[in-house]
Amino acid sequence: MVSRAERTVLADWWWTVDRYTLGALGVLMVAGLVFLMGGAPPVAERLGLPTFHFVNRQVLYLVPAILLLVGTSLLSPRQVRRMALIVFLAGMALIVAALYVGPEVKGSRRWISLAGITVQPSEFVKPAFVVLVAWLFAEGGRRRDMPGTILAVLLLPLTIVPLILQPDIGQTMLVTVVWATVFFAAGLHIFWVAGIGGMGLAGLVAAYEFIPHVRARIERFFNDDVGDTFQVDMAMESFAQGGWLGKGPGEGTVKRILPDAHTDFIFAATAEEFGIVVCIAIVLLFAFIVIRSLILARRNDDPFCRLAVTGLATLFGIQASINMMVNVHLLPAKGMTLPFISYGGSSLFSLAIGMGFLIALTRRRPRAEIFDATPRWGEVR
Amino acid sequence: MHDTDPTVLPQTPDETPAPQTRAARLRRFLSGVFSLRAEKSQARVGVVALGFSCLFVVIAGRLVMLAVTPDDPGDLRRASAEISIVRPDIVDRNGILLATDVKTVSVYAEPRNIIDKDEATELLTAVLPDLNARELREKLGTKRGFVWVKREITPRQQAEVHRLGIPGIGFLTENKRVYPNGPIASHVLGFANVDNEGIAGIEKYIDGLGLRALAGAGFATQATDLEPIKLSIDLRATHALRDELIKGMEKYKAKATAGLILDVKTGEVIALASLPDFDPNNPVEALDPERINRINVGVYEMGSTFKAITTAMALDSGKVNINSTFDARGVMRYGRFTIRDYHGQNRILTVPEIFIHSSNIGTAKMALTVGVEGHKATLKKFGQLDRLRTELPESADPIIPPRWGELNTITISYGHGLAVAPIQAAAGTAALVNGGYFITPTFLKRTEEEAKAIARRVVSPKTSEAMRYIMRLNAERGSARKAAVPGYYVGGKTGTAEKVINGRYDRTKNFTTFMAIAPADDPKYLFVVLYDEPKGLPETYGYSTAAWNAGVTTGKVIERVAPLLGLPPRFEKPYRPFPAMAQAGAWGIQ
Repeated sequence: MVSRAERTVLADWWWTVDRYTLGALGVLMVAGLVFLMGGAPPVAERLGLPTFHFVNRQVLYLVPAILLLVGTSLLSPRQVRRMALIVFLAGMALIVAALYVGPEVKGSRRWISLAGITVQPSEFVKPAFVVLVAWLFAEGGRRRDMPGTILAVLLLPLTIVPLILQPDIGQTMLVTVVWATVFFAAGLHIFWVAGIGGMGLAGLVAAYEFIPHVRARIERFFNDDVGDTFQVDMAMESFAQGGWLGKGPGEGTVKRILPDAHTDFIFAATAEEFGIVVCIAIVLLFAFIVIRSLILARRNDDPFCRLAVTGLATLFGIQASINMMVNVHLLPAKGMTLPFISYGGSSLFSLAIGMGFLIALTRRRPRAEIFDATPRWGEVR
Repeated sequence: MHDTDPTVLPQTPDETPAPQTRAARLRRFLSGVFSLRAEKSQARVGVVALGFSCLFVVIAGRLVMLAVTPDDPGDLRRASAEISIVRPDIVDRNGILLATDVKTVSVYAEPRNIIDKDEATELLTAVLPDLNARELREKLGTKRGFVWVKREITPRQQAEVHRLGIPGIGFLTENKRVYPNGPIASHVLGFANVDNEGIAGIEKYIDGLGLRALAGAGFATQATDLEPIKLSIDLRATHALRDELIKGMEKYKAKATAGLILDVKTGEVIALASLPDFDPNNPVEALDPERINRINVGVYEMGSTFKAITTAMALDSGKVNINSTFDARGVMRYGRFTIRDYHGQNRILTVPEIFIHSSNIGTAKMALTVGVEGHKATLKKFGQLDRLRTELPESADPIIPPRWGELNTITISYGHGLAVAPIQAAAGTAALVNGGYFITPTFLKRTEEEAKAIARRVVSPKTSEAMRYIMRLNAERGSARKAAVPGYYVGGKTGTAEKVINGRYDRTKNFTTFMAIAPADDPKYLFVVLYDEPKGLPETYGYSTAAWNAGVTTGKVIERVAPLLGLPPRFEKPYRPFPAMAQAGAWGIQ
């Protein structure tokens, strides 16, 4: 046990960190590895790789990811902002670079090779973007000399235009939704809430009307007979075969033909082998992390921390929800990973940074520190 | 400071001048719109948390929904439960098997477990060449958990399919209904479909007894669990009847024919045949409208055989006795209608004479002595105006004139203008000769006592004797002579009705009926034979009336069936067969 008497960085961290969230994240990572042992081997075999290739790789990624998460969570809010700014700038630079030099994969340029490792820079930009937007809104809310709100509003197109150019509609939507949530939480006038909501709807309608593949995908969702619904059919089949208690680990058969059973559709693969009861437990775990973080954010007196935690929890929650809703056929298929459970290095590091930020910002801090470090509400300097 | 916040400012619009306030309010509103309202922040985070709660509840709810949706493998269980339904054996009145279950094997597929559907289709069609490859490929391509590949295959085919070793292909043992006697009594038995459900006839009646509920509750899993259903039918008599009808139909080139043997004391149907018929083992033709059960479902104007009921009505009313006479000279006019006699005698006739000469005029006059209401009430009593229901699901409503005046009574008295099912007419005739009891016919075995319990007196015993007498007289001297097989003391009545074609009676198209009773002094059986559009032949001198076809066939049937039914032949004349008639000194008594 860490002694309370010694005020080391680690001891401070241990006594102030929200251990429930941390514990839940730990459970999620371990569960993710177990589920991956079910979902990944068929994919590995199909690709001619060793059976536990993806599981081993995931373990390999998890070690630095955990270090990254814990390391990030040691930071103070000010350091979080600085790190976010650095990550954001670096990430945006890489995104723009990828547009020109990156390899084209499945029709889009999202990846870039860095010292032999292929990364998807947009993954890293997401948490950093959230932190920056939260900071700008927080500043805009309390200081009249800084045009925080305007900058926060301008930051959105700056971020999503390169994403649209890639193109990566999924990430664009995710970033926009999180940005809107932070804006909403920052105290947006109800006039704008309605306006932005309407614009969002209008955007959806416009996308349906003018972007052929969006239209095709939505129509396919509502009409099972049209087009290729193989993946969704197989996902539904997984749930049907699994039932309440599942067939047992390693007993799954649908996972052998379920595409992306180790990434986007690991939730369905899990249902087949471990049962819907376990799936509901995963939903509850995600719900616990998201809602606990939001409750902590609500209690937080520091507007920056409140908004940033809200944004990061939303990012995490929306990503998990979209993935699960696609799996249970509540949304049309969309490339989105299940946080900490789906296989994938970039996604894992991005999540580690994001959740690291979240834990860092939910750490209990003396009230005095908050008021000393930041100007009081309405104080003019 | 938050001086721009509109909520902070006191609002007293009534006291301040309007234009100033409007400008100020607009300015305040605009600055409010463009500023963040930080004090709302905490509540807003709560709203976000609430939104997420809803989202997760929806996902969890959807998962529960997916878990509780009925699992498709249930199809297999359901299918195997459906086909494993057993049916009781059906036997005739002597215990000879009419219908039974045999075990066969069917091939099914679970499409979701088949890895290579094209390969499976190819292999299966190679072994079962009569399968349609495209249809099979489509079936296997569905997402269902269970599809039939082929029902009822041979053991050899089963071995071959088994040897293919295709995953997701399996076998189910099922019960198949078999009718060892083919088309004999097919209209009584009906048939069962490929799922062993009764579709028609007694088979459907059995299903109505709660067979399926029994099987669903887990009882009756083997045929031996179920008591065989014992019918009133005699297989041998039915075969003989059908055989004679086939010969007759061919000889007289009739469109259709039907026959019925009814036990007049119990109401049991001993034999029923209606041609053309079908083979219940392969009931593809059963739904052809030409192949209906003409005894139960066809409704016809029965012609002169209906005169028996009219005569009995007149005698039973007390207004007419056996020696009453009626003027049958010339023609009878009613309004613009003229009623003629076919075998015109042009004289005054007694009641027995009217009957044996089949006088329309005499019969009509007899009916008029009773009157329209009495006539209607009598026919109602004889069950001729209501749908006659037996165990067979097939039955038909009689066709009754919508307005029933004296003219209707006149025509109906000799069998025109009222169409009934032959079994209905037979039941009425049986009541005339069995001592006066109307007994609803049955296809299940029953005793005389059981029949008595449901019997209903419709005419007096004396009237019944009179009817037996005049029917016997008709066989000795009248139109029923061709059916008077020696030794069985047969009595009978012919009936020829012209068919109605496009609303008019067509003189060239007849519907002929013959009803015979044996023995006439104490009848046991009623024989009915009918022909639809029989043709005249050189040996019938071109006649196509009932005596020349239905009468002849009835005679042959009685000759063949009476020994089978254990009716003892008597070659000397019975002693005092009609005591009351002798006492009354009826016309024609010796």
